[in-house]
Amino acid sequence: MDNLRQLAAELSKLDDKLVKCMRCGTCQSVCPIFAETVKESDVARGKLALLSNLASEIIDDPQAVRERLDRCLLCGSCQDACPSGVKTLDIFMKAREISARYLGLNPVKKLIFRAMLCNPRAFNFALRAARPFQKLFMRAQQNAPRTAKVPLAKFAIGDRRLPVMPEASIHEKYGDLDVPAKPGKPKVLFFPGCMGDKVYTNVTEACIKIFKHFGVGVRIPGNLACCGIPALASGDAEGFKTMLAHDVDIIKKIDFDYIVTACSSCTETIGELWPKYASEMPEYSAAAKDIGKKAIDINAFIVDVLKVDTLPKEKLQKTSKITYHDSCHLLKSLGISSQPRKLVKANSDYEFVEMDEADKCCGCGGSFTLTHYDISRKIGQRKRDNIVKSGAKTVACGCPACMMQISNLLALNGDDVKVRHVAEIFAETLE
Amino acid sequence: MLPTKDFEKIVGRGNVLASVADRQTYAYDSAVLDPVTPALVVCPETSGQLGGVIALCYKHGLPMTVRGSGTNLSGGTVPDSTDSVVISTQKLNRILEINEADLYAVVEPGVVTAKFAGAVSQKNLFYPPDPGSQAVSTIGGNIAENAGGLRGLKYGVTKDYVMGLEFFDSKGDIVKSGSRTVKCVTGYNLSGLMVASEGTLGVISKAILKLIPPPKASKAMTAVFDDVQKAADAVAGIIAAHILPCTLEFMDNVTINMVEDDVKIGLPRDAQAMLLIEVDGHPAQVEDDAATVEAQLKKNGASGIFVARDAEEKNKIWEARRKALPALARRRPTIVLEDATVPRSKIPAMIGAINEIAAKYELLVGTFGHAGDGNLHPSILCDRRDKEEFSRVENAIDELFRRTIEMGGTLSGEHGIGTAKAKWLELETSKATTEYSRLVRRAVDPKGLFNPSKMAAI
Ligand SMILES: Cc1cc2nc3c(=O)[nH]c(=O)nc-3n(C[C@H](O)[C@H](O)[C@H](O)COP(=O)(O)OP(=O)(O)OC[C@H]3O[C@@H](n4cnc5c(N)ncnc54)[C@H](O)[C@@H]3O)c2cc1C
Ligand code: SF4
Ligand code: SF4
Repeated sequence: MDNLRQLAAELSKLDDKLVKCMRCGTCQSVCPIFAETVKESDVARGKLALLSNLASEIIDDPQAVRERLDRCLLCGSCQDACPSGVKTLDIFMKAREISARYLGLNPVKKLIFRAMLCNPRAFNFALRAARPFQKLFMRAQQNAPRTAKVPLAKFAIGDRRLPVMPEASIHEKYGDLDVPAKPGKPKVLFFPGCMGDKVYTNVTEACIKIFKHFGVGVRIPGNLACCGIPALASGDAEGFKTMLAHDVDIIKKIDFDYIVTACSSCTETIGELWPKYASEMPEYSAAAKDIGKKAIDINAFIVDVLKVDTLPKEKLQKTSKITYHDSCHLLKSLGISSQPRKLVKANSDYEFVEMDEADKCCGCGGSFTLTHYDISRKIGQRKRDNIVKSGAKTVACGCPACMMQISNLLALNGDDVKVRHVAEIFAETLE
Repeated sequence: MLPTKDFEKIVGRGNVLASVADRQTYAYDSAVLDPVTPALVVCPETSGQLGGVIALCYKHGLPMTVRGSGTNLSGGTVPDSTDSVVISTQKLNRILEINEADLYAVVEPGVVTAKFAGAVSQKNLFYPPDPGSQAVSTIGGNIAENAGGLRGLKYGVTKDYVMGLEFFDSKGDIVKSGSRTVKCVTGYNLSGLMVASEGTLGVISKAILKLIPPPKASKAMTAVFDDVQKAADAVAGIIAAHILPCTLEFMDNVTINMVEDDVKIGLPRDAQAMLLIEVDGHPAQVEDDAATVEAQLKKNGASGIFVARDAEEKNKIWEARRKALPALARRRPTIVLEDATVPRSKIPAMIGAINEIAAKYELLVGTFGHAGDGNLHPSILCDRRDKEEFSRVENAIDELFRRTIEMGGTLSGEHGIGTAKAKWLELETSKATTEYSRLVRRAVDPKGLFNPSKMAAI
């Protein structure tokens, strides 16, 4: 009971943010989870009501509130649409952190965050050790973008199709990558993120190709940890801060103009959350703020900083159709939507078509897809249906998490559609 | 004992929400009122299940609050007591028919207004009622509140599009009224009785709605005035010239400034009133009407007129109007969105009264709304947690309603009575009116189970 009182007291610090919700219900029209379940506790209005009730001790079942809070993709659609300007993402993240403190972290997640993501060496070792077995356990699918069935792991991951791991990760291949800038060109630090380093190495390679093409200097330090968002989204602020500290220690020693990522969640985390959380960590606060200011997404970097003229060279025979999926963090948090479209259209091999509901979440939501696969799959199916309806044979995304989710759904449906990162599509246009 | 198991037998286990966490999310709506947690929430997926649920409530004497999206602003879906069963219609969301030959559609009550309007426009037809909440509100909720919107002046409100209804009485038996025909006098106009009934007379399970051909062209413009009276004269002038704009919106000085603070689109901060006008119809007619409107605006002393030349400029005009509510809502923690409505000619007097009341009770009030039909939304910006301030808000609302009624106006143009305005009902009407309403309610709902404390409480 005492614990509950403390939990309530912690939550009531969010009251000024919670009270802004005018219960207008507008969030119902955009929430991907609500669209599937039509349940008020799944939409921001319901979650906020429950948090207010927990803060004022009107409900004494914090576990039930937490379960409902966890049914959320943190996609930011509600925050984006909210007429009242409620900072739902801030509230949900903070509430997850508070409830993790009082109710404990999920032990599996805790193991992953503390032992693996915080510790790049352990993470890399585990992956290297697992790679030879991949061929044994995974059955490659011929159609979809390099996904594989994992028959032996069905009990753990359901019927999910996982991406096939590359032979070598970026840091294995390059160690500390350091390409000097051409005179007058900017220097960037490329933050590959976990997926860009270990899974979608093609995306990182494409970015490197782009940087080199435009004479941009690029550094990729070899021992970066995760940006920390998976931990924070699960309420593990401590794990998050450990990763932040590890990365900031490495990055602050390097001289660069921009820190570029090809993952909108990483960009947002470095740009917004590192400075915010580091403000409670005296020795990191100034450095994190400085780094945060330089964070930029690859699409925005190419179009807004390099001011690349992307008019496609006219080609008479466009071979196939391509469409674009707006990743939530890219569109709703960073406000980036025209730049990736411009870059995709720059590739004259493709004919660009918009799909319906391009700005609707794919249903991944980070670890949401692991903990709530049923809903995640339903939301993903809707995305898949829209892609297929568009007639596109390739779908471009700006975020590796979306790529994984969409690949999975396309593979499950046996569709002949490729999933690529915008950077890959654009890099193809460069000699 | 609640017959939870029996409800589950009717609608399936997943559609009965019994945990306190789930129930607490059906305790409120968009009105600024205290929540009341219901005993159970039931979400039928078919009309048959809906009837079964009502019959079971009747059998056990359980009060029922039927709920669409819970966006009403008068407390119509706040449960009457902790014994109440909330019946959600949100899973009854199928568009059953859109008939292009006979210009009607048949829908279930939980269909979302904007989705319906979108599906209709795909068939190149038009369903005009467009409440500000249309992206979420349901057709059932629109009918039960007789929702209006921006297009009310020319196209009317929800009631003008209801051709027929099917609804359940309190025992769970089906009642049918109206038809798919334009004309129908078979029996009482029970559909008319259900309009604006706020869940007190029956539960709508199916609606036949009128559709019309869409206008072929439209033109939008704005005008600013240094005096509210001049804006009102311009509105009167436009109507006297026999032009019915499809939208004729108003923003006061406070609202103009708050929108400008937020979006910086260059609105004139010293303007006392701004009108946002759109005329639609046949292209030639639109040009004529727009010219007449412009002439009236000039004649009545508009200090600036802006006519949109293309779709983009038109969109800009409506963007300013769309931003009104968000701009106000973001200012303070709580927004009390009122709905007092007066005859058109009384708009200046009403704005005067609102400003006096705001000054007297030291409150921040921004007013916008539908100038064409006198339906204003004075919005009181406050902090509900501040007891002292909120009691001033309550006194201000009391006075606002008194003044509205003195001007020959009405308590609510479109937001409904619910519990929020029930206490003033008799003041505007008469004792016999509320008594008559109660008699009707008792006759059709002998156990008094349908939203018992709402409107004329039984
Ligand atoms: C931001 C905002 C803007 C708004 N703008 C407007 C506007 O411009 N014009 C306007 O008119 N209103 C407006 N409203 C008010 C509100 O959206 C409308 O009253 C709307 O019609 C309510 O629809 P709902 O589905 O949310 O109904 P609910 O709020 O769920 O229910 C409303 C009432 O209808 C009853 N009801 C619901 N379904 C049924 C049914 N099937 N059978 C019988 N009774 C039923 C309920 O018991 C309740 O009394 C606005 C509200 C908000 C929050
Ligand atoms: S849109 Fe914003 S204010 Fe409205 S209910 Fe959702 S969170 Fe609350
Ligand atoms: S963040 Fe996304 S999933 Fe979560 S409540 Fe908001 S809209 Fe729904």
